[in-house]
Amino acid sequence: MPALTIDGTAIECPDGSTVIQAAERAGIFIPRYCYHPGLSIAGNCRICLVEIEKYPKLQIACNTPVTEGMTVHTKSAKAEDGRRAVLEFLLANHPLDCPVCDQSGECDLQNFYMNFGLYDPRFREQKVKKKKAVSIGPHVMLDQERCILCSRCVRFTDEITKTGEFGIFNRADKAELGLYPGERLDNPYSGNVVDICPVGALTDQDFRFKARVWYLSSAPTVCNGCAQGCNVDIHYVLNRPHLNDGARVLRVKPRYNADVNQWWMCDEGRYGFGWIDKGRLTKVRHRGVESTWEQAMAAIAAELTKLRWNGSRIGVIASSQLTNEELFLIREIFQGALGAQVTAAFPTRPGFSDDFLIKADKSPNTLGTTLLALDGATHDAATLVDEALQGRIEALWVFGHDLTKLGDGPPINNVGLINEESLRELSRKLGLFVFSGTNENSTASWSHWVLPTAAYVEKDGTFVNCHGRVQRIGRAFPPVPDCREDWTILLEIARQLNHPLAWQNPQQIFQGLTEVLPPLAGLTYEKIGSLGAPLAHTPPAAEAAAP
Amino acid sequence: MAVKVLHRRELTFWEKLYVPQIVGGLKVTSAHLFRNLFLHAAHRVGRLKHLRASVTSQYPEEPRLLATRFRSRHRLTVREDGTPRCVGCMLCETVCPAKCITIVAGEHPDPNVEKYPVRFDIDLGVCVYCGYCVEVCPEDAIRMDTGILDVAAYSRDAMKLDIHELMDPALRKPVSNCSLKFPHQCRVASGQLKDHRSGTQKVLH
Repeated sequence: MPALTIDGTAIECPDGSTVIQAAERAGIFIPRYCYHPGLSIAGNCRICLVEIEKYPKLQIACNTPVTEGMTVHTKSAKAEDGRRAVLEFLLANHPLDCPVCDQSGECDLQNFYMNFGLYDPRFREQKVKKKKAVSIGPHVMLDQERCILCSRCVRFTDEITKTGEFGIFNRADKAELGLYPGERLDNPYSGNVVDICPVGALTDQDFRFKARVWYLSSAPTVCNGCAQGCNVDIHYVLNRPHLNDGARVLRVKPRYNADVNQWWMCDEGRYGFGWIDKGRLTKVRHRGVESTWEQAMAAIAAELTKLRWNGSRIGVIASSQLTNEELFLIREIFQGALGAQVTAAFPTRPGFSDDFLIKADKSPNTLGTTLLALDGATHDAATLVDEALQGRIEALWVFGHDLTKLGDGPPINNVGLINEESLRELSRKLGLFVFSGTNENSTASWSHWVLPTAAYVEKDGTFVNCHGRVQRIGRAFPPVPDCREDWTILLEIARQLNHPLAWQNPQQIFQGLTEVLPPLAGLTYEKIGSLGAPLAHTPPAAEAAAP
Repeated sequence: MAVKVLHRRELTFWEKLYVPQIVGGLKVTSAHLFRNLFLHAAHRVGRLKHLRASVTSQYPEEPRLLATRFRSRHRLTVREDGTPRCVGCMLCETVCPAKCITIVAGEHPDPNVEKYPVRFDIDLGVCVYCGYCVEVCPEDAIRMDTGILDVAAYSRDAMKLDIHELMDPALRKPVSNCSLKFPHQCRVASGQLKDHRSGTQKVLH
């Protein structure tokens, strides 16, 4: 553990760490372009120059190992002069594209230039012209002129995805970033190169010209695209409806979490947010006619009460897209109070997966349904639909699922594929057919009641990812007008069923959940925090039973 | 707190008589009246033009000269090929304290321009004429030098200028045929602009 001094702060750090890492530990930020904690060290941008006593020249902080008794100055006049000179070279051929560049506002060239740039440029020569606005894959746009050749993207495709599409070609001021001949940047993690590009050379085609980055608000949440549960930031804009046809969510960026996704996320999750603003259900509907929440809640509760007294069977197809809190309410109300058959098992064809972040299970909370024993040990969605079609179930409540997606692939049980015809049959046979969900689909159009619910970014709650990590999704912004969070609907239904529950919000429901579910024991929203917390794998009861 | 006592001047005896003061006032007024009557009559027959008739400017027949840096109605400047100079950087929209500018950017077919405004509206009913948009523009694409002061309309909607009226200050809605040049195919007659990239219709108003 060498001890060193950085800007007068004494710090100890592990053997083999570099000055930039030591500075990070001391809370001192050293500018960097090519250095990225998730990638190998290249040391080619030279912006991280620091002054180290007893060294004749400035050293790069990213590739200088710390030694005992080292004294580093990161903000001395000499170091800043060095950075100014480096920036002058980096900007020599950098075009004045800031007004049209999507990186503008979150660009490290801009930021560091504001800090210690040479405000009176001396470069009078013609700038070298290169290719601009080249689409190099389904998601990424390349501008060779803006590139400062830091090689982060090259190292990303070499080391993280191991696909090796990028290379730096030619030499000196003709050097340019490009793809190897015949290549396209179409690996499942291509969007990450946009995040790591410190300048505007690699930009997002999906976000292109939609908004300026300073319009965006950010909220931490968890990707709902698969069971991995990558930590992400939702970037949204609420007060500029003219942008992007009124869509609120404009992009999704990965959020660092050492235990889940590090700095990365997949393209499927990154670009799969369109449904939050498109095709949303916005009105309560009863058999195709607009209705109100009050009417819907009263009518559904009355129908459920009637069916319970008649001894009819009620089926509930919950969803592993719901939060633990909502699943818990469903279990309490439907399985507990109404004796309904509840399942969250919804057999579909497994999706694409790999050994990095993408999981075949495309639900964010499958483990949560398992914890709550709703994962369909005895019956899954297919058997419930089957029974409903045979008239053995009187009422069916579907949460979010489109039944036509059921068994997307080989036929399951006797159901086969559900089509519009079988939905019509369901609608005719069932006494009560409720669909609560976010988006328009066939099930919504055939159900008796349609309840528009909030998307996951519009509500609070927790998911459990495939590694048993409880993560809070938070709430980025309020739901679309007239949509309600599933948990408010469930609490209201419970009240109308004369089975009122004491909880008022997801936090209280979660506290109730931790009391009955040993793996969650002791957890609170505060403990989960923004990075999540692992499940207590050994329930205390089991521990006590063990010798 | 310091108290300042104001003493009103006592009227003199002459002033207290009242009538002489009224006569004095009428003398000033009627001197102007008869002088202007005489000068206006003389101007009519082409005489005494060098003498200004009255301090009142004969607006709107005779508009006053504007100072060169006076901020009048906005216009969007154009490139040599007639397309808007604006690159849709949205800095004016950002800096606007009244939030009266609305820009939607689109992809320009020339990769050296890259970006241009598919839609550029200014709501003059909200604008405070501060000129920040002109100050902030990195492309000299917006100026407030049209000299147009008489911005008036019968509805709030008519106070909103679209990109046509901004690029050609002589145009006023409804614009029936558009001779302006855009990178997109302009279909102004239906009040809509076509985004060449996505092919979607962007409604102008």
